[in-house]
Amino acid sequence: MSKSASEQYRTPLSRARGLGASRHGVGHFITERVSGLALIPLSIWGVYAALKLVGADQHSVTTWIGQPVNAVLLSLLLIAALIHLQHAVQVVIEDYIHRFTSKSALVIGNLFVCVLAGAVGVFSILKVALTVTGAH
Amino acid sequence: MVELALPKNSQVKSGKHWPAPAGAKKVKTFKIYRYDPEAGGNPRWDTYDVDMDAVGPMVLDALLYIKNSIDPTLAFRRSCREGVCGSCSMNIGGRNTLACTHGWAEVPGKAVQISPLPHLPVVKDLIPDLTLFYAQYASIEPWLHTDTPEPQTEWKQSPEDREKLDGLYECILCACCSTSCPSYWWNGDKYLGPAVLLHAYRWLIDSRDEATGDRLDALEDPFKLYRCHTIMNCAQVCPKGLNPAKAIAEIKKMMVERVV
Repeated sequence: MSKSASEQYRTPLSRARGLGASRHGVGHFITERVSGLALIPLSIWGVYAALKLVGADQHSVTTWIGQPVNAVLLSLLLIAALIHLQHAVQVVIEDYIHRFTSKSALVIGNLFVCVLAGAVGVFSILKVALTVTGAH
Repeated sequence: MVELALPKNSQVKSGKHWPAPAGAKKVKTFKIYRYDPEAGGNPRWDTYDVDMDAVGPMVLDALLYIKNSIDPTLAFRRSCREGVCGSCSMNIGGRNTLACTHGWAEVPGKAVQISPLPHLPVVKDLIPDLTLFYAQYASIEPWLHTDTPEPQTEWKQSPEDREKLDGLYECILCACCSTSCPSYWWNGDKYLGPAVLLHAYRWLIDSRDEATGDRLDALEDPFKLYRCHTIMNCAQVCPKGLNPAKAIAEIKKMMVERVV
């Protein structure tokens, strides 16, 4: 909290008020909690599914993904996890990085990486699922 | 970027040692942070061996004894000496608390280590600069806001509504909680901190206040409010036994209530 030269002449109240409240934040808060809530049953299902598939060969795994319920739940698990991750990592960046440019770059980078991971993941699940379904 | 080490000019060097007077039987060492901006140089740890038979039970008693009988240059704030004014808040044995209500015998370890409240600019010795903290308090407008013309008598409130202010109005603004909060350390220029948010909530739930919506508007911000990650240091150190983290959680709940 060191004072820069320009800050030195501002009144304490002006410094405390800063740019004012941005009037957002509750959406982020709700999304974090709702995605966390969704992840409880989805993760339990994910762990159960992973345990069931231990030792299975490639064919039985792709067949398993090809079942509509599995493909949909797997996509939802991935999406919920990535939404949760994106929101949580953004909070960490905001906590520790204070320079406007590096903070903005990291927040945007975090968003892009999560969206890309989601797009690639869902596309892969659908590709496997639809290829298997198509082969029947 | 977050500061993981103290800057070079803030690193604390070892300082003077003041031995106990000859014949002292019950001696305790006080290791106290000293910094004098006028003298220049780095802050230092001075150690005082104090004859505890001459000292009252509280850390403040020991500090007053040191100032009066050993080293008059030691600077610290104090006033009421009974936990009401919040002036003598400092870090004692690694924990923010009030020197006047904390017994020196309760401090673990051989020496009683005393430093100013963490992560604030130091004015001198144990006196931190609380200017921004007080300005943040002023920024939440801690007074009753009403549009209705003032009644002939007092603004009335049911006993139940009055009870809602218990656990909030007792805050003495000693800043022990805010300066124990890592979120306040890293983002203290934007995050209002537990003490100020506890007061914000005190006005949000006051049944006589007519500006609840405006108050929530002024708080809804990723930095002003949502830097609270329920670390709970605030509730752990509050010398008045209050729970600022709970008050902040209640504000977050109110924010959700008005959009859901």
